[in-house]
Amino acid sequence: MSESTQTKYEPGQHPSLPPPFKTRGVALWLKENLFSTPTNVVLSLLAIYFLYKVVPGVLEWSLFDAAFTGNDRNECRAQAGGACWAFIGERLQLFTYGFYPEAERWRVNLSFVLLVVCSVGLLWENCPGRKWIIALSVVFPFAAAFLLVGGNGVKLFVALACVAVALALMFRGSSTTFVIVIGAVCAFLAKFIFFGGITLPFTDIHVGGIIDLDDYTFLNLPEVSTDLFGGFMLTLIIGVTGIVFSLPLGILLALGRQSNLPIVKYACVVFIEFIRGVPLITLLFVASTMLSYFLPPGTTFNLLIRVLIMVTLFASAYMAEVVRGGLQAVHKGQTEAADALGLKYWPSMRLIVLPQALKISIPAIVNTFIGLYKDSTLVIVIGLLDPLGIGRASLADTKWNGLTNEVYLFVAIFFFISCYAMARYSLYLENKLHTGHKR
Amino acid sequence: MSTPALAHSPSQPSLISRLWYDKENRSIIVQILAAMALLWLFGSMVLNAIHNLEALGKGFSFNFLKQPASYDINQTLIEYSSRSTHFRAMLVGIINTLLVAVAGIFLATILGFILGVLRLSKNWLVNKLAYCYIEFVRNVPLLLHILLIHGVVVHSLPRPKQAINVGDAAFFTNRGVFMPSPEFLPLFKFVAAAFIIGVVFTWGFRRYAKALQERTGKQLPVFWVSLIAIIGLPVVVFLATGQPVNWDIPVLSGFNYKGGMVVRPEFLALWLALSLYTAAFIAEIVRAGILAVNHGQTEASMALGLPRNRTLNLVVIPQALRVIVPPLSSQYLNLTKNSSLAIAIGYMDVTATIGGISLNQTGREMECMLIVMAIYLSFSLLISAGMNYYNNRIALVER
Repeated sequence: MSESTQTKYEPGQHPSLPPPFKTRGVALWLKENLFSTPTNVVLSLLAIYFLYKVVPGVLEWSLFDAAFTGNDRNECRAQAGGACWAFIGERLQLFTYGFYPEAERWRVNLSFVLLVVCSVGLLWENCPGRKWIIALSVVFPFAAAFLLVGGNGVKLFVALACVAVALALMFRGSSTTFVIVIGAVCAFLAKFIFFGGITLPFTDIHVGGIIDLDDYTFLNLPEVSTDLFGGFMLTLIIGVTGIVFSLPLGILLALGRQSNLPIVKYACVVFIEFIRGVPLITLLFVASTMLSYFLPPGTTFNLLIRVLIMVTLFASAYMAEVVRGGLQAVHKGQTEAADALGLKYWPSMRLIVLPQALKISIPAIVNTFIGLYKDSTLVIVIGLLDPLGIGRASLADTKWNGLTNEVYLFVAIFFFISCYAMARYSLYLENKLHTGHKR
Repeated sequence: MSTPALAHSPSQPSLISRLWYDKENRSIIVQILAAMALLWLFGSMVLNAIHNLEALGKGFSFNFLKQPASYDINQTLIEYSSRSTHFRAMLVGIINTLLVAVAGIFLATILGFILGVLRLSKNWLVNKLAYCYIEFVRNVPLLLHILLIHGVVVHSLPRPKQAINVGDAAFFTNRGVFMPSPEFLPLFKFVAAAFIIGVVFTWGFRRYAKALQERTGKQLPVFWVSLIAIIGLPVVVFLATGQPVNWDIPVLSGFNYKGGMVVRPEFLALWLALSLYTAAFIAEIVRAGILAVNHGQTEASMALGLPRNRTLNLVVIPQALRVIVPPLSSQYLNLTKNSSLAIAIGYMDVTATIGGISLNQTGREMECMLIVMAIYLSFSLLISAGMNYYNNRIALVER
């Protein structure tokens, strides 16, 4: 029946046939994806009705009928009936830096730039000069703390030197016991020589403090009280500190929980279950009201540091459970093989077990990070001014009375962008590391 | 058992290295060190606490629980007045926490399952809408949700005078939602009895139906029979005994409604925020659970000729539940713990009563925080125990 078409064309000269009937086009897509069955028709119509009811209103309020300039609420009202973004514009500095002194804000900006550089270097594998950036990110927490708080630069360098010695030993592949001993000795010596000496236990005898670092000044930045920290800067400080310290601590706790040594194991179990059993708010209350009871009389330290410690401990308990899940998923044969090769406990963990376990638990680890980042908003209950706290404080201003929706939406968008970015990156990693079969 | 080669080893290692490089000995040494470090840590913490409390002249006692609390609580399910004790205030707080947690778990589970299924829908629009909802809610802090919903409830609902009237029975105002409260007449106990009989009958019937199905393969209409027994029977008795319930309908008097029962805006905001937030997480868990069921299972069940709803009920859901339940229970735990954020909007839960106002009034931080932590820990343990029991019931039965 197709003889006539076969004879009409030279070989290879046949024009492309049109696509089979109804395999593409808007109508078909609509039919397949929206109106395939009666249930789907009803669902689609409901969804369309919902969108019709919600989207125009939201767009009008937030964009088309919104005021972007004005000095107070009444000026906004006079211009438009929707949102008053001028309020956010006026308070943007406050939202970003809290009450950080204006003249010193370059330090915050510099830390932020360093943070961005480090994150890009760590997250993007083909980044040029990645090796240097990784080295930088080891130094980064100390440098950022120094930049933000200020004070005498010499102390920073001494502390860095101690860390550098410990790290150098670790990468040389010395035995773990040796590294721990050397680390402890380093810390002890540093405290003895540089940081005011030590009081001998059970006595009042004070020794050491040979070199008073305050005699030497280098890069002396004016100190900024942490009470002035606030806004997005505070969120980032809490988030980054928590992320950087909770992962290693969580790994240690998870290994402890898997340990054969009963005392170590049950100590870890009790710690993890206790922290996971109570809300973060109660731990923050403990940090703000009663932590000083548990410390030697006269010891005081900064509220921000107490909060950072609590947030890190809280996140590390969750991290421990996540890592434990990964450890359990690693086949026992792997550990046995490592034993058979003569690897000791720490090398076998570092080289064989943990890389596999961490790879499995990446999505859950990132989820814990996101949770930690979001939980940083809870610090407002003990009086630190994160963006939400700044927003609530700004709302008390009579000039801008009653603009709650604008403030909450603005803060929500900030959190959404950062958390969603983290979630997407975790998805990308998951796909990249997924070496099994996919359906 | 020492072989000659070992006996003639050139240098006998020292005692310390023999102890340290022997696995058994080393583990004992490490544990002794760890125990000493822990003891030192806890000992010094306790000693410091005793010392510091003495210095402040505070001591450590729970006697303050018997003193009058002298503050008001806006939502009390048990009798409470400002003359009641701190202990009573704590009980009120515990009940309020439990109320919002249970209500939240209930709503979050329903919403979460619906969203999770919608997220798997083949309908592009519905799927994407569910995706947007889940991603937005999951990536914004819960505290923000609570404050936002509280703001919406308080600012956008009308004052009592202009209340939104639903059938002259329920009134939506910014002071809360006022609803009629039932007052049970003596005959109502027959209705209650009918309900209990219905539940017991359903339980027995389900067992019988399951046994019958396993023996003969015959399936009984369990769902309809249960529905009739649990709902139909009490309704019939209710009508037969002449509707033995009086409704106390709220009436506007002065600036507010009197009578009936009220759902406070704080409760409403906290409940909705907790449920909507947790539902987004549950939706992802449900989705992952359903996707985790191997496609071959569905295909096999189709090949056996099972219709779609039976495939879902008998093959997919039982297997998906095994994946869903463990993370679901941790979401329930999170919801319960997150209810402590009530303090931000003034809902009087256990953190706000004993851990908030009582703490500030009596200055007994240590005792109050210990009580609050103990309460949350026991909630967590209870929920874990319950979910573990359920998980064991649905777990794969292996030889």
